[in-house]
Amino acid sequence: MNSKNMLFKILSLMIVFGILLTACGAPATPAPTEAPAITEAPAATDAPAATEAPAGKIYDGVTIDILTFVGPQVAEPLQRRGPDFTELTGATVNIITVPNSELYQKVLTDAVSGTNAYDGYLFAPAWVVDFAPAGLIEDLTPYVEADAALEWDDVAPFFRDFNSYGGKVYSIPLDGDMHMVYYRIDSLEEAGLEPPKTWDDYLAVAKALHGKDLNGDGEGDYGSCISKAPGQQAYWWIWSIAAPYIQSQGTSQGPFFNTTDMTPLVNNDAFKRALEVYKETGLYGPPDETNQGVGDSRGLFLQGRCALTMDWGDIGPLAIDPANSKVIDKTGAISNPGSTEVLDWETGKLVPCDATTCPYAVDGVNHAPFASFGGWAGAVNAAVDQKEKDAAYAFFSYMAQPAQSNADVVVGATGYNPFRISQFENLQPWIDAGFSQVAAEQYLNGIKESFDSPNMAADLRIPKNHEYIQVELDRILAEYIAGNLTTDEAAQQLYDAWEAITEEAGREQQLDFYKGTLGQ
Amino acid sequence: MDTKHEEFQPSRLHTIISSATDRLASSVFILPTVLALLFLSIFPLIASLYVSLAKFDIAPGGFKFTFVGLKNYKELFTGSEGTHFLGKFAPSTPLTWIVFGVVVIALAVFLARYLLNGKVSMGGLMGRIFLTLGLGLLSWMLVHTLWNGGRLGTASTTLVYVFVGIFFQYILGLGLALLTVQNLPGRRFFRVIFLLPMMITPVGVAYMFRMLTDTSKGPFTPIWQALGLIDFSWVNNAWGARTAILIGDVWQWTPFMFIVLVAALESQPTEPIEAATVDGANSWQIFQHITWPAILPVSMTLILIRLIEAFKIVDLPNVMTNGGPGTATQSLTYHAYINWRALDLGASGAVAYMLLFLVTFFSMIFVNLIRQRTVEAL
Repeated sequence: MNSKNMLFKILSLMIVFGILLTACGAPATPAPTEAPAITEAPAATDAPAATEAPAGKIYDGVTIDILTFVGPQVAEPLQRRGPDFTELTGATVNIITVPNSELYQKVLTDAVSGTNAYDGYLFAPAWVVDFAPAGLIEDLTPYVEADAALEWDDVAPFFRDFNSYGGKVYSIPLDGDMHMVYYRIDSLEEAGLEPPKTWDDYLAVAKALHGKDLNGDGEGDYGSCISKAPGQQAYWWIWSIAAPYIQSQGTSQGPFFNTTDMTPLVNNDAFKRALEVYKETGLYGPPDETNQGVGDSRGLFLQGRCALTMDWGDIGPLAIDPANSKVIDKTGAISNPGSTEVLDWETGKLVPCDATTCPYAVDGVNHAPFASFGGWAGAVNAAVDQKEKDAAYAFFSYMAQPAQSNADVVVGATGYNPFRISQFENLQPWIDAGFSQVAAEQYLNGIKESFDSPNMAADLRIPKNHEYIQVELDRILAEYIAGNLTTDEAAQQLYDAWEAITEEAGREQQLDFYKGTLGQ
Repeated sequence: MDTKHEEFQPSRLHTIISSATDRLASSVFILPTVLALLFLSIFPLIASLYVSLAKFDIAPGGFKFTFVGLKNYKELFTGSEGTHFLGKFAPSTPLTWIVFGVVVIALAVFLARYLLNGKVSMGGLMGRIFLTLGLGLLSWMLVHTLWNGGRLGTASTTLVYVFVGIFFQYILGLGLALLTVQNLPGRRFFRVIFLLPMMITPVGVAYMFRMLTDTSKGPFTPIWQALGLIDFSWVNNAWGARTAILIGDVWQWTPFMFIVLVAALESQPTEPIEAATVDGANSWQIFQHITWPAILPVSMTLILIRLIEAFKIVDLPNVMTNGGPGTATQSLTYHAYINWRALDLGASGAVAYMLLFLVTFFSMIFVNLIRQRTVEAL
């Protein structure tokens, strides 16, 4: 090696060391300081009202990122009204969507990893019990109390409660959810059939109309359309079927767990019967129903291809849309069917309804309408800057205020269903949207009847509810529907899986949560 | 002696510094790359290994990992995830024993031939014992889950996707390549057309095949109707759904085989073919004795690349069937994804590590095969 070469190498080494030292040294910019602790509730003026626009644009320069599930439903109103909110407040609104099956995980990983890419989440209010104790979402009580334009008292009590945890409000409902059964008025009348009162009736009607031409295209159609694809929303339908078999003593009884020891109420004759009913509906459905999501079964009903379907409130407004519906004025809506037999919690057997076993029965039929999912609700990330928190809350408030909400819930494409008392009482917006007086009354009564039922079944709202329902129940249900498990095996596997979750989470803690959500 | 050279005779100190800087320079220059590799590859590997041995939970203010040892792996093999991962094992029948017996005899012959050839090394012996045991266990799993009331788990479903898929992709790719190297009219046009599927995003392919296999709404509905399949759904049957996914996968990845094989075919020397033609060899003989040995090294590399890639299939089952019916079409990657989606990161990590193990196992077998075959071909 000559001297020139060696000198070159030494210089190169110095440069490399210099670069490494620079890279490993102190950052050029100081580390961000911790956000100041918020000791005071934001002022009332921080929550802008749509009808009372704040002076100036208080959120000029603020951008809020809201995470929700892939539209067009649910995300569409947020995207449509975002620019209006910007006009009103100056805040720019970005709506980021992910598949429904990934939403929980996205919210959680964003929050717990400290990424905080999202300022607000539009998600299932049942998840509040997971996020609120971990301090991942903001307590919105002070905002709500200072926000007259939200008209919180007009929100139906069930939804006010469902969006709260430990007496504090953590999410703002934009949607109210209740499962209902929709039927083809014309097809049932033609066949001399009555709308189903029990799940056995449902199967009988579905069987009678399966294969009949329901939309006049010369082809056989389907008796029942209930989506069954795994990883979508199938896990909720089963509870609409199971609830009236399991819960008969009022809403506070609950259909999921035994309130004495937190054992799952799934390995018994009632839940097994529900499994059988659910599976049998597939015999009268489209051939690929096991791979259909709710959008598919909804579309089939609107195209006039199904005599019966179960859905949230969405089908009512969608059915009156001439652009997408072939069942205008042919769609009837009823509260979920019930059962003439209910579970004896002691023996695990089904017993006939009587005054003792079914105190809330109507004509000998026990109904337990299922408030599935609880409706889409907006929560605010607790870790973002105060200005962004305020803007995110203000946006959810704006969306939920009557001026916007009353217009959104009457449009099927929004995916939002009524959740305000006034929305059930005032028929005019529904009639203006295209409902006939009779159709509006029937649709709203169907929902209201369910909410008013003393035996309404509320969705599961305890820690790890996502794991109980959307992981284990979904997997076992998919295996059962595919024929890989017998009814007994499915019930036993679900029981074991739920027991394992309960054990891991702590039986006493879970029981306390569960009883708390039932008001016990 | 060159006097000029003598003038630059280095001093002892100069030599020491020089050799030290030489050694240091090589280490320092390579250090950034090593650090980058460690950070991007080894660190995630070790971190995910820890995740597979831990349980993830939400905790106030964030999250926590609790070390649980091999619990996640135990769940996969003997616990609640066992059926999902390994499948449902049917009771043994005479047929099961016969098939498994044939496999065992074949593996025993393979091992015996090695031991009797006189060139036994400790490494070679250990490798072969490992291979024999691995293939034996996989055969046991397959013969007990493929029929007679058994059910495939995500591990065996992945093996079906990999081996059946690659087989058809290679055969079709080779066939198309042989066609397009002929002097046929429009061959340039078809070369481009045959490449198109590979350029489409896998999710797009999956949605397209989901539509195509939809017997009630898809574009082929009239054909299904004519065939009396209007009340039939591919996705109601486990093998129907797997077949639909395999068709989509073969459609998408055949072009990859095709384009590389076209290049291999066109780069082979023409003289041996011309000589063989003059000697009266027919097309099959030319292919068997000249073309096939010429493209064998490329084919082996091609299959190895696809083998590694095919183990990671996830888009098609996710979009086409949601992994259903039941879990019939779930691959290992999809299985890991479902666990990850459910925030069971430990179980997800364990599945991912089992996938890594399988990919490494089959890749090692194949690399050894390539080495032997390539040497034989040359």
